[in-house]
Amino acid sequence: MDQIWQMLGENSSFLLNGVLTTVGLTILGFGGALVIGTIVAVFRVSPITPLRVVGTAYVEFFRNVPLLTLLILIVFGLPDIGLLFPLFWCGVLGLVLAGSAFICETVRSGINTISVGQSEAARALGMSFGTQLRLIILPQAFRTMVQPLVNNFIGILIGSSLASAVGVSDITNVTQQLNIRYAEAVVLFLLSGAVYLVFALGAGGVGSWLERLVSRSRIGSAR
Amino acid sequence: MAANTATRVLFDEPGPRGRTRILISTVVAVVLVVLLVSGAVWQFAVHGQLAAYKWQFFTYSAIVRALIVDGIGNTFLATGVAAVVAFPLGLVLALGRLSKQPALSRVSTAWIEFFRSMPMILVVYAFLLALPRFGLVLPVFWMLVVPMILVSSASTAEVFRAGIKAVDKGQWEAAQSLGMGPGLVLTHVVLPQAFRIVLPNLLTGLVSLLKDSTLGYVVSYGELMQQGKELVAYYHYMIQTYLVIALIYVLINWLLTRLASYLQVRMGTRRVAAAPVVVDLEPAQ
Repeated sequence: MDQIWQMLGENSSFLLNGVLTTVGLTILGFGGALVIGTIVAVFRVSPITPLRVVGTAYVEFFRNVPLLTLLILIVFGLPDIGLLFPLFWCGVLGLVLAGSAFICETVRSGINTISVGQSEAARALGMSFGTQLRLIILPQAFRTMVQPLVNNFIGILIGSSLASAVGVSDITNVTQQLNIRYAEAVVLFLLSGAVYLVFALGAGGVGSWLERLVSRSRIGSAR
Repeated sequence: MAANTATRVLFDEPGPRGRTRILISTVVAVVLVVLLVSGAVWQFAVHGQLAAYKWQFFTYSAIVRALIVDGIGNTFLATGVAAVVAFPLGLVLALGRLSKQPALSRVSTAWIEFFRSMPMILVVYAFLLALPRFGLVLPVFWMLVVPMILVSSASTAEVFRAGIKAVDKGQWEAAQSLGMGPGLVLTHVVLPQAFRIVLPNLLTGLVSLLKDSTLGYVVSYGELMQQGKELVAYYHYMIQTYLVIALIYVLINWLLTRLASYLQVRMGTRRVAAAPVVVDLEPAQ
């Protein structure tokens, strides 16, 4: 037991860096995926055919490619055509590309839940496609999307562990390295598992708080 | 279908000015897409990655055998075996979670919640590094497949639970009033209907399993990803090999998701009708 505490003490900054890398990958990955995913979703409902085609192709590719394959393609494949990024950013890029495909589908089904009348009323007021999306459709759609978006977030959190397989020093990678040095596999496995569990539960908590917040603001705006 | 309704919602039949704007935007979009694609092709060309021999490589019978026969074969084998064990296990866990036995329900719930928020690669590392310390060394195939089963059983259990809950409560009541016991109701009335409801989601589960099987790359089991790693180690055609592999995965998974959404559309009415019902697995006698 003392040995374990000593190991954790000696490597506390290493472990902390691992946790921070996981947090960084997840937050940057989710943030990027949210932006790109929304843009692609707008592409997919826009009146411009080539954009719809591009949006569909994008989603079908990145939703169906395994994340590990995508990360390996980015880390080992892209340097062959002169695109060499730092490892951490390769991880972020992979998570953004894969995550945005799923978030695009979340946003699209969110848009589909908004009743046709909203869109018709907006058009009757003379709003253009863009104004209508920005002021009427998307703000309402985001309300129904809180829970699915939390699921997307947890998916990206769990997916970020795959970056360890291509050498990003996230918590999975750090515990794996310590494992090789100290052979305390069970403790380290439980430790990194706890990190994911805590963040997943935390995300769930933030999700239900946000859900309460947006449903309250809906009542507020109705008054 | 869905795409069509979504697009219809957000814009009217455009007038002459709208048509001009859409036409201009379309032309701009096409130009941008062409620029993007040719930029990518240019990057390939400048770095000599379009050289014919680097791509003809994939027509050699030895390479085709390594990727298609061995790689995809082993991917399907791992996915298939994992599904055959994980799906029934998921059903058992779902029934356990819904059961009125507190101990059984708690254990099933804990198992489901634990493996649902655990990254599979962690479980793989646990099998690679932790278990050998207790003298348990599995063959490589099981090092990959057992973690796949554990992780997938948890998500499949939630699929089954939703499916069982979606069967209308009246079905239970009707079956009970015919004098059927809880076991008989479950096996003869509820589960057959639940299966039909969850079929598309099971196919989605199969896609996740197939994606999880890429971790053969980590445990060195010769599925598609690992075969790619070995080819790259010998021939160094990195981007070509991994691009081809990515496209193979996309194709397989795309076909499976297509099938899933086809089934979903066919059962659409059923799923909508059956949402918010709570069912006890062991109703009061």
